[in-house]
Amino acid sequence: MGNMKLTLKIWRQNGPNDKGRMENYPVNDVSEDMSFLEMLDVLNDQLVREGKDPIAFDHDCREGICGMCSLFINGEAHGPGRGITTCQLHMRKFKDGDTIYVEPWRSAAFPVIKDLATNRSAFDRIQAAGGFVSVNTSGNLVDGNAVPIPKDDADKAFDAATCIGCGACVATCPNGSAMLFTAAKVSQLALLPQGRPEAKRRALAMVEQMDKEGFGNCSNTGACEVECPKGISLEHIARLNREYLAASVTKE
Amino acid sequence: MALTGLFLVTFLVAHLAGNLQLLDMSPEGQRKFNEYARFMTTFPLVKAVSYLLYFSILFHAFDGFLLTIQNRKARPVKYAKENAGANRSWASNNMALLGTLILVFLVIHMKHFWYEMHFGELPIVKDSQGQEMKDLYTIVAAAFTQLWYVALYVVMMAVLAFHLLHGFQSAFQSLGINHARYTPIIKSVGVFFAVVVPVLFALIPVWMFVNR
Repeated sequence: MGNMKLTLKIWRQNGPNDKGRMENYPVNDVSEDMSFLEMLDVLNDQLVREGKDPIAFDHDCREGICGMCSLFINGEAHGPGRGITTCQLHMRKFKDGDTIYVEPWRSAAFPVIKDLATNRSAFDRIQAAGGFVSVNTSGNLVDGNAVPIPKDDADKAFDAATCIGCGACVATCPNGSAMLFTAAKVSQLALLPQGRPEAKRRALAMVEQMDKEGFGNCSNTGACEVECPKGISLEHIARLNREYLAASVTKE
Repeated sequence: MALTGLFLVTFLVAHLAGNLQLLDMSPEGQRKFNEYARFMTTFPLVKAVSYLLYFSILFHAFDGFLLTIQNRKARPVKYAKENAGANRSWASNNMALLGTLILVFLVIHMKHFWYEMHFGELPIVKDSQGQEMKDLYTIVAAAFTQLWYVALYVVMMAVLAFHLLHGFQSAFQSLGINHARYTPIIKSVGVFFAVVVPVLFALIPVWMFVNR
């Protein structure tokens, strides 16, 4: 086992209606090769052995592609380090004797389920409001190469599509805005010819749903872009603004 | 916010260009400034634009206030630890505070000069044609003989600089203008503007105080 001793200050909340509080947990024998989630596994193992309630936290693939893990670590979404999710954060980023704050995503639209686990289904509802192309799949599929797409556009659309919907953008934003997520979902389709027929309706519907969920307003601090594990660019927010402005002034 | 903000940016340029005349403290310069002040408060087109300006200031402040309330509501439970410095500039994080300070400053500033020019009892001087006109210059010069007043203006111009440092380029992003070729230019111009314009504004009270 490892040789780091840490003090964790972790948010504990029994359920959605509990007020919640920060609690201190000493953890010994942390190896610098552990991921942050593995360190929490060690702590939970310790808590279960002591007959205490383990800490609830979101996790799934543990290889940075599912968007399930979250955690606001020492004041940053997915902790220190760029272009990584919490499961890709290693304990070597910390020093022996460190005190580490661990909090859930803080957003009115992401209510806490328990401890560090939040309900991010607001993102699903934004996606369902227009983040798709209506394709008839009953035997009349078009050959992929029949519609030429410039390589640059395809690349940019793919960059936007790498969004894993983790919610780090919302958690990081001082305004609790979901613009980077919504922009990525609008952009990945707006850049492709298949997405154009529904572009207007999509931009309007997804922004409307975003506002309805209670997210804040974008003030272009750029914090989301810095903390995004997939490096989604602010360029996509500008594209969403263009799509939305154009759709707003031309809608009937 | 973006449209009114950019309009206010253009106003700053016009206001600065007019006020730099204050640097000429000779009797000739004083007369020219007073004639300029009379033109700015009486010429119909300028008056029309000034109403658009009042509206823009109020809208920008009120909209900013509403958005800030919404943004506060979007995060009901604050973080125990937040490392804002890791991912955003200080200015971008404090736009509401900076804006509020500027609004308070505007009230003081307009009470002292704008209100006096429009509604106050000002000393009367003669213009180049021998006609009577209000002597705003003397009011300005008198105000800037007080050190605390000069200091207030210098500090508030620093506040304005930080507001512009984020606001200038942010307005373009809000309007959807983000392009690999042009955005770096917009950002550079924004930084240049945010430094040069407030420094030139701050130079006026300092200059008038030193040469009082």
